Amino acid sequence: MADVKRGYVRPLDLKSGRVDLTHGSGGRAMVQLISELFAHHLGNEYLGQGNDGAVLPAPMLDGKPARIVMSTDSHVVSPLFFPGGDIGCLSVHGTVNDVAVMGATPLYLAAGFILEEGFALADLARIVESMAEAARTAGVPVVTGDTKVVERGKGDGVFITTTAVGVLPEGLELGGNRARPGDVVLVSGSMGDHGVAIMSQRENLSFDAPIVSDTAALNGLIAAMLATGADIRCLRDPTRGGLAATLNEIAGQSGVGMMLRESAIPVKPVVAAACELLGLDPLNVANEGKLIAICASADAPALLATMRAHPLGQDAALIGEVSIDTHHFVQLSTAFGGRRIVDWLASDQLPRIC
Amino acid sequence: MKYIDEFRDGEVAQSIAGKIAHSAQGDRRYSFMEFCGGHTHAMSRYGLSDLLPETVRMVHGPGCPVCVLPIGRVDMAINLALQQNVILCTYGDTLRVPASNGLSLMKAKARGGDIRMVYSTLDALRLARENPQRQVVFFAIGFETTTPPTALAIQQAQLEQLSNFSVLCCHVLTPAAISQILESPEVRQWGTVPIDGFIGPAHVSTVIGSRPYEFFAEEYRKPVVIAGFEPLDVMQAILMLVRQVNDGRAEVENEFSRAVTREGNLKAQERVAEVFELRREFEWRGLGIVPYSALQIREKYAAFDAERRFDLEYQSVPDNKACECGAILRGVKRPQDCKIFGTVCTPENPIGSCMVSSEGACAAHYSYGRYKDMN
Repeated sequence: MADVKRGYVRPLDLKSGRVDLTHGSGGRAMVQLISELFAHHLGNEYLGQGNDGAVLPAPMLDGKPARIVMSTDSHVVSPLFFPGGDIGCLSVHGTVNDVAVMGATPLYLAAGFILEEGFALADLARIVESMAEAARTAGVPVVTGDTKVVERGKGDGVFITTTAVGVLPEGLELGGNRARPGDVVLVSGSMGDHGVAIMSQRENLSFDAPIVSDTAALNGLIAAMLATGADIRCLRDPTRGGLAATLNEIAGQSGVGMMLRESAIPVKPVVAAACELLGLDPLNVANEGKLIAICASADAPALLATMRAHPLGQDAALIGEVSIDTHHFVQLSTAFGGRRIVDWLASDQLPRIC
Repeated sequence: MKYIDEFRDGEVAQSIAGKIAHSAQGDRRYSFMEFCGGHTHAMSRYGLSDLLPETVRMVHGPGCPVCVLPIGRVDMAINLALQQNVILCTYGDTLRVPASNGLSLMKAKARGGDIRMVYSTLDALRLARENPQRQVVFFAIGFETTTPPTALAIQQAQLEQLSNFSVLCCHVLTPAAISQILESPEVRQWGTVPIDGFIGPAHVSTVIGSRPYEFFAEEYRKPVVIAGFEPLDVMQAILMLVRQVNDGRAEVENEFSRAVTREGNLKAQERVAEVFELRREFEWRGLGIVPYSALQIREKYAAFDAERRFDLEYQSVPDNKACECGAILRGVKRPQDCKIFGTVCTPENPIGSCMVSSEGACAAHYSYGRYKDMN
């Protein structure tokens, strides 16, 4: 048997080829797509085994079995490629961050792809490469995956669902229900970059200074923050719905109010300008590489210093305090000198007419 | 941000607030209507009422494009999308206005209607070019600000002979609405809506100029101060109104002189006059049927009039009984006076149109100011 010749398989045409239904049919074409594209870029000891699942060692921390944190996230961004990133790296960052803000160290990723018939293989290759690069940088390998192909018109190019698993040390409890009156609210950097980058791309708006998505894995920054020993009550990444939605979520969970200072919230001038133009509020716009930390006020200065020393937290700022409020309002003292609510959005932000 | 931050300066605001407080001393109470939703929004977003003395009260006016759109008009658009199978395009806020049968354009979209949000009439024209086999209807709403772009689009469509493009014209006129408010029994007879003056529209006035308001100032003895949409503009305008009232003057003053002239944008006015003519009457949400208060497409451009092309007929539909949008749009009630405000009617599930747009009085109060109602 050993000298039976292997049939010649024409390599995937990554230049002008397109996804077709055979790539999801379970036949040779699918195996080829997986090996030449996914395994090629994402490859590691687990993925390389080619089994239906990855066999992973039981997680230990300090010689004891550790608690596992698991999170999953589906990514359906349009456009697929945007300034500062693409759906590939975004799908790694989003899920790694969800695990990391729980205080856990992300260890492994699983990725499910839904590809639309007709999608350019060259684009898919770019996406998978970017995913691989993001996974490497974050230090979290993709250990198992899945690919499906849907007929043309039934998808939007590519959808990616990723699941991340991490380990959480005993005694570390972060949660949206732990904010207490007197605590302070920190953000790791400027608000609204990702959402505005996407929106300006979608609406074909160009600005003199390009608006770049902030998409990034925050596990490094979070590890540094946890290492300070500061009394951090809660970490969260303000993605969809932006800072406003995330703080309202925490205020509701903890049964507290918040009072923010508008002038303290970092927003890049170009993002602020684009928001003016589009009629958006940067506090409602998505971020993909920023976090919110609620911590005991006494620990804030040291924590802030550590954040600012990290490349992803250079513009970190203390933006407000947790207060007693039976209605759980998040309020803002405006730079103008007035006061207002920072509310959830009802739906997508829609541009104003007049 | 240059040209923006200067108009949001907190220190200057405090100084103007001081002047207002100083000028508004004594027993007199001042009640001004800001006509535009843009002003309502700015006041709520920057917490401007916190800077005003108790003697100065602001009354929200009807100048919010989607708020005054009656249910029947939205029904026409939904009908076009669901029954006539057209590509219906419109500006963002319009998508969520509640219509008959629990529908809105957004919900009609989920039911299969091909409804697209556009940022400009140019996008609507592009859709018509890209889909020659489909009818594309632009659902045109708004005051004088959005009218010139619609006029241009119609002229451009004629130039290109885009035979699959048409406009469902629901453009309305600011001066007619102000007249209607000033003539209303609440203002004239009963005095339940005291109005000592108006903050005049910002963007609308860049088009129509300050001249149209001179009639109100003279005829009704009401001062008008045209103001920009930045919070300092509004503060300054309030100060100017207080001073006019104190001096017994009723003039048109222009705080927004960086953008508004007395004559306005003559080129835009010409285009509008060429394409549109006055509609004999138009139903407004809140104000009812107001004579000569809206525009329709002239005979010359009839080919691009969706009402003619699809033989549409307007049918008036009463508002939800519990909804106070009508009274709120006339300044008779405040959002928090409505029984369903913040309970049944929220931005997530708007019953009335004022809860839809960020410029709507109810949405602005709900999103930014409702903490003031709670103790």
